[in-house]
Amino acid sequence: MDKVIIAENLSLSYKEFETIISKANFSIDAGSFVFITGASGSGKSTLLKSFYGAIEPRAGQLMVGGVKMHKISTSKLNFLRRHIGVVFQDYKLIKEWTIEKNVMLPLIISGYTKDVSSAQVQKLLGHVKLIHQSGKYPPELSGGEQQRVAMARALAHNPILILADEPTGNLDEYSSQVIWNLLEGANTQLKTTVIVVTHNIPSTIMIPYKHYHIEMGNIHEIS
Amino acid sequence: MKSLKNHISLIIALFTVLFSVQIYVAVDRTIAAYEERLKNDYSIIVVANKTLTPAEFKAMDSIIERSDVIATDQVLKRLEGEMSKKNLDLLKLTLPKFYRIYLSRFPTPYEIEKLQKRLQKHAAIERVEGYAQSHDTVYKLMLLFKDVVQIFSISIAAVTSLLILKEMRLWQFQHADRMSIMALFGAPVWLRSAVLFRLAIVDAIIATIVLCIAFFVIEQYGWMDLLLRTVGISIDLFDYVNDAVRSLLIALGVSIILTLTIVIGSSEEE
Repeated sequence: MDKVIIAENLSLSYKEFETIISKANFSIDAGSFVFITGASGSGKSTLLKSFYGAIEPRAGQLMVGGVKMHKISTSKLNFLRRHIGVVFQDYKLIKEWTIEKNVMLPLIISGYTKDVSSAQVQKLLGHVKLIHQSGKYPPELSGGEQQRVAMARALAHNPILILADEPTGNLDEYSSQVIWNLLEGANTQLKTTVIVVTHNIPSTIMIPYKHYHIEMGNIHEIS
Repeated sequence: MKSLKNHISLIIALFTVLFSVQIYVAVDRTIAAYEERLKNDYSIIVVANKTLTPAEFKAMDSIIERSDVIATDQVLKRLEGEMSKKNLDLLKLTLPKFYRIYLSRFPTPYEIEKLQKRLQKHAAIERVEGYAQSHDTVYKLMLLFKDVVQIFSISIAAVTSLLILKEMRLWQFQHADRMSIMALFGAPVWLRSAVLFRLAIVDAIIATIVLCIAFFVIEQYGWMDLLLRTVGISIDLFDYVNDAVRSLLIALGVSIILTLTIVIGSSEEE
């Protein structure tokens, strides 16, 4: 099976003499659903950041989608990011853009025509039950609604990999369920690899998944 | 409201740059018109012991545009009653030829000196009067005025450019969130900065329009025109085609270069 992510002796840190992830070895298969858990400050978000190039490996090797992440060029990183969908805990929506334009962002970046983009955005806003809110701006929506918008944006360009950092951290039950359904749907129907960083794996997950746990900078796979 | 305030700050800064450049251009134009007037009024007197043709004068120096003979008839007529005919005929024979030489442009003091020396080398020319001292004073005054305006314009342009740079930094902070989110989805630098460029271009166009309006008002008011007419000069303070296009290009150039500086700076910070 193809590997979307390969880490060999991967060490991550923000400062020189600090270690957040130490000599990690793991790989993630294409099309799999992966949970990464750990206590607060264990480094799970840092690990996720390294997958979309927000932090460079301090040592060892990390390959995402066949691209080496160490000293990656800006153009290569941009290219890679155009094939990744990211869901952040704080949503990271552009406040001065409408919901519709926010969801359209990855499509604008990838150079899709307006007709194609609009059709895709309408479809996704329907999936996240926000079609009636498309003309509103993010601050006008609740937290749960904003995260559903972020979810729609992550799926807009049919990415090969979805990275979600605590996607349901502060959400109500309804919004959480919509998010999990979409993540499961993307994985089962579109064969998109999904990696979710979370405190707790929801009991409602119905599909097979892999589970990695981070403790003291070490990553263990939990059967 | 905040965004409007930012727009106005940049528009005012750009307008100041354009206005100072246009004032320099207008002063340059005024001086050129004044030089033309001085050139028309200015001439060199040459005294020669034989007749010289305009072609001969032209061959002496390329700056010589034309030469006129100064008629002596009037002077001789005045002397008719005071001198005998015989003496008058003798005087007519020995009287040198006087010429007034006009130049193709207003010369520098150095050019006058050079021209005088060249004319004096000619065997037939006995005397040359270039009125160098009075010419020198006018010329130096004009140069001083031009230099003062130039320094003033450069200083204004430098200060306002710094203001524009500061304004753009402010923009960058305002747009930092949007730019970083776009970067997370792989947007290239040009796409992330598109809004900054669009704002810069729009403000450059508005600043040029404001400049055109300002000069239209100045011209309508007419005091500047009146002031120039009193010194015998009539010029276009603002050419609504050439000057407007040049101002727009300057405004676009300044704002785009400064935006590029910000964008390049921010992409290096990433």
